[in-house]
Amino acid sequence: MTRLTVPKTYKLYIGGKFPRSESGRTYEVATKKGVFLANASLASRKDARDAVVAARAAVSGWSGATGYNRGQVLYRIAELLEGRREQFIDELMATEALSKPAATTQVDTAIDAWVWYAGWADKYVQVAGNGNPVSGPYFNLSTPEPSGVIAIVAPQDSSSLLGLVSVIAPALVSGNTVVVIAHQGAPLSAISLSEVLATSDVPGGVVNILTGSPAEIAPWLASHADVNGIDLAGAEQLEWVDLQIAAADTLKRVSGPVVGVPAPSVERIVQWTETKTVWHTKSLI
Amino acid sequence: MTENNKALTTKAPSFLDYAPAPESTSILHLKKHYGLFIDGEFVDGRGDAFTTISPATEKEIASISNANNADVDVAVAAARKAYDRTWSKLSGADRGKYLFRIARLVQERARELAVAESLDNGKPIKESRDVDVPLVAAWFFYYAGWADKLDYAGLGPNPQSLGVAAQVIPWNFPLLMLAWKIAPALAAGNTVVIKPAETTPLSAMIFAEILQQADLPKGVVNIVTGAGETGSALVNHPDVNKVAFTGSTGVGRAIAKSIAGSGKKVTLELGGKNANIVFDDAPMDQAIEGIVNGIFFNQGHVCCAGSRLLVQENVHDEVVDRLKARLSTLRMGDPLDKNTDIGAINSKAQLDRIRELSNVGEAEGAERWTAGCAIPENGFWFAPTIFTNVSTSSRIAREEVFGPVLSVLTFRTPAEAIAKANNTPYGLSAGIWSEKGSRVLAVADKLRAGVIWANTFNRFDPASPFGGYKESGYGREGGRHGLAAYLESAGWAAPAVTKGSKK
Repeated sequence: MTRLTVPKTYKLYIGGKFPRSESGRTYEVATKKGVFLANASLASRKDARDAVVAARAAVSGWSGATGYNRGQVLYRIAELLEGRREQFIDELMATEALSKPAATTQVDTAIDAWVWYAGWADKYVQVAGNGNPVSGPYFNLSTPEPSGVIAIVAPQDSSSLLGLVSVIAPALVSGNTVVVIAHQGAPLSAISLSEVLATSDVPGGVVNILTGSPAEIAPWLASHADVNGIDLAGAEQLEWVDLQIAAADTLKRVSGPVVGVPAPSVERIVQWTETKTVWHTKSLI
Repeated sequence: MTENNKALTTKAPSFLDYAPAPESTSILHLKKHYGLFIDGEFVDGRGDAFTTISPATEKEIASISNANNADVDVAVAAARKAYDRTWSKLSGADRGKYLFRIARLVQERARELAVAESLDNGKPIKESRDVDVPLVAAWFFYYAGWADKLDYAGLGPNPQSLGVAAQVIPWNFPLLMLAWKIAPALAAGNTVVIKPAETTPLSAMIFAEILQQADLPKGVVNIVTGAGETGSALVNHPDVNKVAFTGSTGVGRAIAKSIAGSGKKVTLELGGKNANIVFDDAPMDQAIEGIVNGIFFNQGHVCCAGSRLLVQENVHDEVVDRLKARLSTLRMGDPLDKNTDIGAINSKAQLDRIRELSNVGEAEGAERWTAGCAIPENGFWFAPTIFTNVSTSSRIAREEVFGPVLSVLTFRTPAEAIAKANNTPYGLSAGIWSEKGSRVLAVADKLRAGVIWANTFNRFDPASPFGGYKESGYGREGGRHGLAAYLESAGWAAPAVTKGSKK
């Protein structure tokens, strides 16, 4: 006798909690061959706004943590992801019709990306900042700091898990919080990742994951006055120029569409930072 | 001049009344008309020429060519040709040598440049002579040295120049902003087309002569004069690769929109409503001088001016009294007079805006005090003004006045000071006055601003990055970071899509 399975309900991830969409809407996620897998939440404008509120509330705590601490938390994500490796491999095989080796490579690469970015948390400041030899009796130091709340359209072409990790991890390194729209066609691993985040010391609200239509949600995030930057990595199929125009209203930092999955790079960390330069007088002794 | 009536008093002659000491203009050999500087030569613009006047006297200085779209096309084409054939092929060492030459020539003609700047802009000669022009030379010296050291700029090995840079600069520091834009662009291997503001094109014209003396290859720097339309044509030109703008947040926003999707790299240095925070343990003598320098330097025409003074409540009265006493000693008048502290407002339009916002401040219930300076008959003048009893919601506490107007607010705890300081969509600069180093560092950490001056204000240096958070714009000028704005990292792993939407 075969056992009746217990299918998972996939919800949103906002403020460290797993709410359904306030709109009550869901959409069907199926395998490439059309076999029903699950109903995912179809996030609405209100969900996006709630996510921004949660992300803003989390900025001071996350950006105020030491780099050492943030690095530990990011590494902890890698640890937990490693522990649930098989689950993610199965999920990717189902949703993306990948072979086992291909799914395995994607999960392993995602885990390694967390480890790589974790190591940057207490180092990027040294690489991107510097003491400035100004011509006068002043102490003068330039230090990068996080921009704040970053809205992200995750890559939509393939690599649903790796694409997501490749855009959220670099934003988190410096202490930004994020609102990310997951891969629309293959959103399940994004919600499974949020279960990892929820149990891996990432404070609630630091990462907020929305599933649904990027075309529907992204414009609200692009025009939201309390969002500091928008990563259009996965927006190639959207009217992304319009999103960039909307983002200009509050002079958000914008990063354009990317082909495929962005490779790990220190530039992706630094693009979501601001350089603060502090001058202090030196007394005459 | 109704705004000055309140405090206008007839003062008896005192030791503070200096005899006039005007700088001679004989060093200037101005032409009656200046054309555009394109491909190494002065040429006439196709638009209707305009006149630049002295804001202190409203007298005409020279007529200036106005570049229309066709002129902009020619200038960009010249810059492109120079980029492809000359400048991008030159070694970094040789690019650096040209920049060193320019720096030296600026020093040699420093006095002439300072006189021209004060004449055209209205700023006191002591500022153009002692701040603007020396910094201009310093900027070229600093970036000259970078030209052959780009591998060390922190962008990985062999970073690449971007191509043609379109640069639009404001009227508050005409020559200094030109240096901030041109020096890093050229060091990084780009060529430029720059547009000075329509009210202050004069020093750029003398700078063009300096470029000829330096024998800079033709087309590497092109200067197009004109107003907003010329600037718009320039930044939207399809053949420019980089846009750099300093000016108002409104125009910056419009630029960000107009070039969306173009793939042009952008830096914007925009407005600010900057907090200058005075704690009760501040070194008070220095703080008073710093507050004055923070808001009344350059008639307050400074994007990073300390226009919102946050004073700890228990020292509020002392600070305000001492400020009033100090302001009463400032001398307003002829910008070319070496004793002048406060020069002329740059234009009639700007004076109108300052008057309007000041009237709003009064209407909203703030208390207005104006230094008793005598107002010259001609020209555009606005005496140093302080508003006390200002509420955080008042327009003079939220909007950039860009004039010699200080709004004073109070706070009780460091947390309140930080909250009030950050309560603005801008984030350009901030000041902190306290003798307690640990407090200074803790407060500096929490302020969302690109430049923090502790126990000083309005310091600039080519080695030091400058730029804003939030709606004060993006990118940095100065230092290694300022160089990055004109380079593409060769190590950039993720190629960006730069064409239109694919939907």
